[in-house]
Amino acid sequence: MTHAPFPRADAQPHIAQEAEAGTRPVPDRLNAPDLPSLHSVLGTIDAMLIGASAGGVEALGRILPALPADFAPVVLVVLHLPADASSELAALFAPRCKLPVHELSDREPLLGGTVYFAPAGYHSLVNADRRCALSIDEAVHFSRPSIDVLFESAAWTYGPRLLAVLLTGASADGANGMSVVRAEGGHTWAQDPTEARASTMPLAAIARGAVEHVLRIDDIVGVLSLRPVSAHTASNTSSGSTPLSEASS
Amino acid sequence: MAKVHAQEISPIAADSPAQGKRLVSTMHDFDIELQLLLQAIYQKYQHDFRDYSVASLRRRMTQARADFGCKTLSELQGIILYDNAAFARLLQYLTVQVSEMFRDPAYFKTLRERVVPLLQTYPSVKIWVAGCSSGEELWSLAIMLEEEGLAERAVLYATDVNPQALRVAAAGVYPLERLASFSKNYIAAGGKRSLSDYYHAAYGAATFSRHLKRHVVFADHSLATDSVFSEVHLVSCRNVLIYFNETLQNRATGLFTEALVRKGFLGLGSKESMRFSANAQAYDEFAAAARVYQKR
Repeated sequence: MTHAPFPRADAQPHIAQEAEAGTRPVPDRLNAPDLPSLHSVLGTIDAMLIGASAGGVEALGRILPALPADFAPVVLVVLHLPADASSELAALFAPRCKLPVHELSDREPLLGGTVYFAPAGYHSLVNADRRCALSIDEAVHFSRPSIDVLFESAAWTYGPRLLAVLLTGASADGANGMSVVRAEGGHTWAQDPTEARASTMPLAAIARGAVEHVLRIDDIVGVLSLRPVSAHTASNTSSGSTPLSEASS
Repeated sequence: MAKVHAQEISPIAADSPAQGKRLVSTMHDFDIELQLLLQAIYQKYQHDFRDYSVASLRRRMTQARADFGCKTLSELQGIILYDNAAFARLLQYLTVQVSEMFRDPAYFKTLRERVVPLLQTYPSVKIWVAGCSSGEELWSLAIMLEEEGLAERAVLYATDVNPQALRVAAAGVYPLERLASFSKNYIAAGGKRSLSDYYHAAYGAATFSRHLKRHVVFADHSLATDSVFSEVHLVSCRNVLIYFNETLQNRATGLFTEALVRKGFLGLGSKESMRFSANAQAYDEFAAAARVYQKR
């Protein structure tokens, strides 16, 4: 796959970007994203998936703390790690998050308003009964946990009530998973490759036409930070305005 | 609390896992075909995968479907029903999981330092490696027992549903390129010698010493359909239950509870837990982080 160059525009994060990956049009980056409309998606989902690889700790360090205390969906996170790393991710992020943060165990019931990290050395899957199932099947894209494996299994279980977010990374893991999420009617957001530490992962998903919205971390944090508003006034906030203050807990 | 496992052959709808039933109206064609395939396998070959975790099966059967050159699982089912050799091939997709020697060294270190001293107090010791697959962890235990002076008093039962995996386990031959990580694990698990003392390397493969398996009994045994065959002091069943649904997990841990002596030990995979099991109350946490439980 060839990648067209993505211009960097660090100083002006919300200025329109020309973004072309391969021959497919990149959705959505020509205009500043409509944060309230993206926010309204959060009210329609039961689960939010996040996949990240190289550069992911930093990106997650901005997104996870932005999840408000009353966030209702379950949040499932795959971050690629060396297989022998005894993962301390839950312990690392918990003090900075308003939601409880755990590492997944097999058969764990996936509770809303909780952040779960996929453990190193296993694939994490979602079973039809909305519990975690682990596997030690072979690595996918050299990764176990694999983002594809989690995303595909979650798509089958949650269908349209699912949001998958693919962040920075230097492999093609997640692209297929994003396709499946879309095919099952779920929502897919990818980090803007121009700002991603490693652009391969979001680019691969974009090139497959699997991405609904290309967003900067600032946008995602902004969406998560919007207060839930009564259904009918949701679209009044202009997308350029400062996000309202974070949720009180 | 363990659900009765339907042994008689009955229509799919009455027989499918409870989780499937609830979602039947929105079921994917693939899931419908998967259940039919598993039912066909059960009726024809008496191998029961109907209570395996659907999420893992989907991936494996997607792969099998592609490798068999089939467009649908229904097409694959036709092949499997009329060709025993094809079923033997499919069995490798359904069951095999590859572990490492001394995978999760902390587990084997805990067994060595905390469990073995207690096992030493018995005149003879029986150990059940349930779902031994290709045998990496079985050989690890055998080496540990050797080093701790328990081997002469021990019998190991190594069981699996897959005859081909049992043959690999019994042969104890592993590709040489895997040995570097095995050695690293062995040291981290408190190994007292060099792992290379236990194998002979030739032609790109490491063959483990037959001496190590003189007390190992290999047996075809299904946690889904067979019952307890012996009283044991330690069950090591790691990363096997993760492939089962709730019903089958409870059946398996029920068998372990029945097999274990009072104060016997159960070792699970590092991300498995008795927390969600119907048999949780039969055990105390013995070494929580290493996932070693002790029967009450």
